[in-house]
Amino acid sequence: MRGRGIQLLSQVLLQCYSLLQEKEVLHLVLFYENRLQDHHLVIPSVLQGLRALSMCEVLSPGLAVSVLKAIFQEVHVQSLLQLDRHTVYSIITNFMGTREEELKGLGADFTFGFIQVMDGEKDPRNLLVAFQIVRDLIAKNYALGPFVEELFEVTSCYFPIDFTPPPNDPHGIQREDLILSLRAVLASTPQFAEFLLPLLIEKMDSDLQSAKLDSLQTLTACCAIYGQKELQEFLPSLWSSLRREVFQTASEKVEAECLAALHALSACLSCSVLRSDTEDLLDSFLSSILQDCRHHLCEPDMKLVWPSAKLLQAAAGASLRAYHCVTSSVLPLLLEQYTKHPQSSQRRTILEMLLGFLELQQKWGHVEEDESTLLSLRAPVCSVVFSALTDPSVQLQLVGIRALTVLGSLQALVPGFLSPSDLELVVDHLIRLALHEEDSQSSEAAMEAAGSLAPLYPKVFSGHMVPRLEEELQSERQEESPRDHCSLQQRCLQALAAVSTHTSIVRETVPVLLQHLRKVQKGSEAGNAQDMVSVCQSLHRVALQCQQDAESCWYYHQTVVPCLLAMAVQAAMQESTHPLLGKALLEEEVLAAMVPVISAATTHLSPELAAQSVSHVVPLFLDGEVSFLPQNSFPCSFQPFEDGECLEAQRRLVALLMAFVCSLPRNVAIPQQERLLRELLALSCSCNCPFTATTAAKCFAGLVNKHLAGQQLDEILQLAVNRMELGLAEGPCRMQALTLLLWVTKALVLRYHPLSSRLTDKLLGLLGDTELGPAAADGFSLLMAESPDVLHKGCHADVRIMFRQRFFTDNVPKLVQGFHGAGPDVKANYLKGLSHVLNHLPKPVLVTELPTLLSLLLEALSCSDRVVQLSTLSCLQPLLLEAPQIMSLHVDTLVTKFLSLTSSPTMAVRIAALRCAHALTSLPTTVLLPYKARVIRALAKPLDDKKRLVRKEAVAARGEWFLLGSPGR
Amino acid sequence: MVGPGPGGGAPLENANPLVYRRSGERPVTAREEDDELPDSIDDREIFDLIRSINDPEHPLTLEELNVVEQVRVKVNDAESTVAVEFTPTIPHCSMATLIGLSIKVKLIRSLPERFKLDVHITPGTHASEHAVNKQLADKERVAAALENSHLLEVVNQCLSARS
Repeated sequence: MRGRGIQLLSQVLLQCYSLLQEKEVLHLVLFYENRLQDHHLVIPSVLQGLRALSMCEVLSPGLAVSVLKAIFQEVHVQSLLQLDRHTVYSIITNFMGTREEELKGLGADFTFGFIQVMDGEKDPRNLLVAFQIVRDLIAKNYALGPFVEELFEVTSCYFPIDFTPPPNDPHGIQREDLILSLRAVLASTPQFAEFLLPLLIEKMDSDLQSAKLDSLQTLTACCAIYGQKELQEFLPSLWSSLRREVFQTASEKVEAECLAALHALSACLSCSVLRSDTEDLLDSFLSSILQDCRHHLCEPDMKLVWPSAKLLQAAAGASLRAYHCVTSSVLPLLLEQYTKHPQSSQRRTILEMLLGFLELQQKWGHVEEDESTLLSLRAPVCSVVFSALTDPSVQLQLVGIRALTVLGSLQALVPGFLSPSDLELVVDHLIRLALHEEDSQSSEAAMEAAGSLAPLYPKVFSGHMVPRLEEELQSERQEESPRDHCSLQQRCLQALAAVSTHTSIVRETVPVLLQHLRKVQKGSEAGNAQDMVSVCQSLHRVALQCQQDAESCWYYHQTVVPCLLAMAVQAAMQESTHPLLGKALLEEEVLAAMVPVISAATTHLSPELAAQSVSHVVPLFLDGEVSFLPQNSFPCSFQPFEDGECLEAQRRLVALLMAFVCSLPRNVAIPQQERLLRELLALSCSCNCPFTATTAAKCFAGLVNKHLAGQQLDEILQLAVNRMELGLAEGPCRMQALTLLLWVTKALVLRYHPLSSRLTDKLLGLLGDTELGPAAADGFSLLMAESPDVLHKGCHADVRIMFRQRFFTDNVPKLVQGFHGAGPDVKANYLKGLSHVLNHLPKPVLVTELPTLLSLLLEALSCSDRVVQLSTLSCLQPLLLEAPQIMSLHVDTLVTKFLSLTSSPTMAVRIAALRCAHALTSLPTTVLLPYKARVIRALAKPLDDKKRLVRKEAVAARGEWFLLGSPGR
Repeated sequence: MVGPGPGGGAPLENANPLVYRRSGERPVTAREEDDELPDSIDDREIFDLIRSINDPEHPLTLEELNVVEQVRVKVNDAESTVAVEFTPTIPHCSMATLIGLSIKVKLIRSLPERFKLDVHITPGTHASEHAVNKQLADKERVAAALENSHLLEVVNQCLSARS
């Protein structure tokens, strides 16, 4: 009865504690304190009531203390249920939040009381609260008195946390929560140090990797608040534990945490404030590290060389002082070892370590001259790096080049590190490696290095490197074989592009590249087209490097775009007048290579400048307005949209128009846009040349995608639909009409235009067409894939992020329905379309949609079309890895189908089937075991496949099947 | 047939061994991508099968410890024979039999049945070379060793792909 009564009262209080008066609270508190002595069945309700009262703002002074005292005295908390223990913690938390001063008046008694309350707690939910209370006790400076060790004991007994949440745990407490919460307690005060550090040292030796990691991470956290005093006693054992772990461990995680802990220790010792009479422990700590690691650095072939170097680097990286101490000992040693070891592989290891130490210097920013160890070692460091650059070993060269980049950037921090003559030497080495080194890796690395150093020393590079490259590019050496000459030219072009990373250098390199393009065009050699493509690739790279800088970007646009257009127009006119003089410039591959150049030069223009440019380019194509082109005296007029036999060449230049006009920012108005659209539409439907027709269709689609919604857009689209329907019906231009349909559909699907569903339905209908069906099926890949030149985010197209998912939900049911209704000769088209859609869908979406489609995919595996087989297999493989539960329902079919496809006549299908057979091993072992013997037997056959790539996959798959259900997997 | 496995905490027999560089992935040639042309099984292909086997003691591969080298692999595709020599890191290495067994098992699992396998220690590099070779050549002993689940576990660990 008493219990029921108090329960009722407590529940009332929980509802209305904020309305109580001070006097009422006093009475209630006294009543409840008294009730604490009652029968143990009543206690839970009493605690509930006290919890309500603990939230009252009007509690008079002194009451909080008396409530807590009563609880500490009368209640044996750990014999209560979890919920009631939680109530006690809540009461304490509430009082600590509002009555801090009063509780502190209790002194260490409060701490002791709490220690007794939480001693023996086991529930993770309560522990989280209890840990928080301990953290507050320490953070808010409650008196711990003589109870520091007890408080440590009562919390540290949970370290390291070993808790696995039960499956379907409703409370959502993760192991990680407890670990972090406990770590915050343990690492909250230096007072714990003398107890905690021995514990950590002991647990680092544990066999459990998780205990190791937790100890190391806790040590790192402690270093943030500890000082030299706390660490002093334990430094030798800490160092020997860390060293042992780094030298012996197989786990990269453990190694990384050890290095982090060493870094933290070194940092802590570096910044401790010292009393004048104490010794600085940093020096002795570092010297013990040096003593243990230094000699390993002299054995560059042995296993411990890298662990030692990493330990030293971790310690050195903690502070400038530590860096000096370590490098002044290690750098001379490494330089000496470099000369002692003549083998390239050993030198490489030594130089890589040296590089690691040099890179650390960058952390400290600007350094006074007299402080830098490096400055005194300037000459030997440079000579070591330069000797690496001339070594025949490519691996050593590569490290040398990386070191060169670091040396170059050190100049900014350590003034006077590289003299002007050193810099010229650097550039000479880079030129030699970039142009004449046989190995392409070194050459590429040298170009990269030139690119990253050029902005730091623009004068040296534009004055020294660019002229040398230009000279090499123009030289016509007779003595060399044409192939060598050709590859040298390639290298020059690449190097010119790579070094164009500063606006002043761009102004030097772009004219050189354009000049070279003109020269190649005038030449009459056979390999012309390939050369032009290379120049365009270099120009493209320069364009990308210019994009971020508005000034270079505009310079580039103004210089390059008119020049390319002029050259192309001129070539096209010569072609119209003298059709026999075949011009390499007009070949499809060269025009296709120019497209990205113009596009990259346009996408980052500011709207004003873009508007200026568009007012020249569009009239050029519509009205033959050539006046803005350089060298604009042409023999006849430029009319790409006119009919006429001999204008075929001019029409191809629509590709350049597309590159420009489809890359403009969306807010740039295009003059005469409606007229332009009509011309493009006509060209795309009527032109016989597939390149021109496709390009015109892409250009049309690119413009339609960005066109403002409204009547004008509706009209032009209606016109397009009419032309397409006419073209698709019959006649010679069905293919062109399909291409146009695909591109326009893509443009509208991307922007969620309402007309897109009508066009997609038309496309779905064409899958049943015997003539156009296969092309329409392949078109689904075009719809879903990212297109490289138009209709992507980079050229400001209107692309909704979820368009693929939306297309999937709208159209896959129709594809499935179409498949079931289709005749046998066109069924494959539907499967192909479906697999294209699935292949481009983000994997998480695919996994959720899978159950509905799986039966169809399994059917597709039996389809004889190898494109369908291949794309179905590549669709299933990630699903096996990511959704093993669903897939295991079909294990029987999957095993049979995969095994039979391993003997397909097509190599790619065999490889994909074997990869799927390999991926099957990620299904639950119990599901697979019945098939183990059969699969292993069947996979013996592809082990003897005639193709090596197939054998490789078979070996991997079979090996994994052998391990299934076997010990030691 | 083999001594105790790598025990927890026991000091390593050779704590700071020489470490060699891994050869890169075999580059794929245009010929290999051609569907029609057959590629024969060559020394490098066999070497690729065994070079990534883990050492039972160190977190290193047999290639990094130079226990296996491509020049010590001989294959004759036409006659279906494979011969592999391996070199223990120290002459008294107690792991020699285990390493040989791992190589043998890997080859059994990865090669067509037509091949006859011969795995032995590089002459003159191990104290009990003869005894180890004899064990490895004995089919029955190899089969019996793989029935022993503790041994199978160690071999499988050597053959597992490093995560």
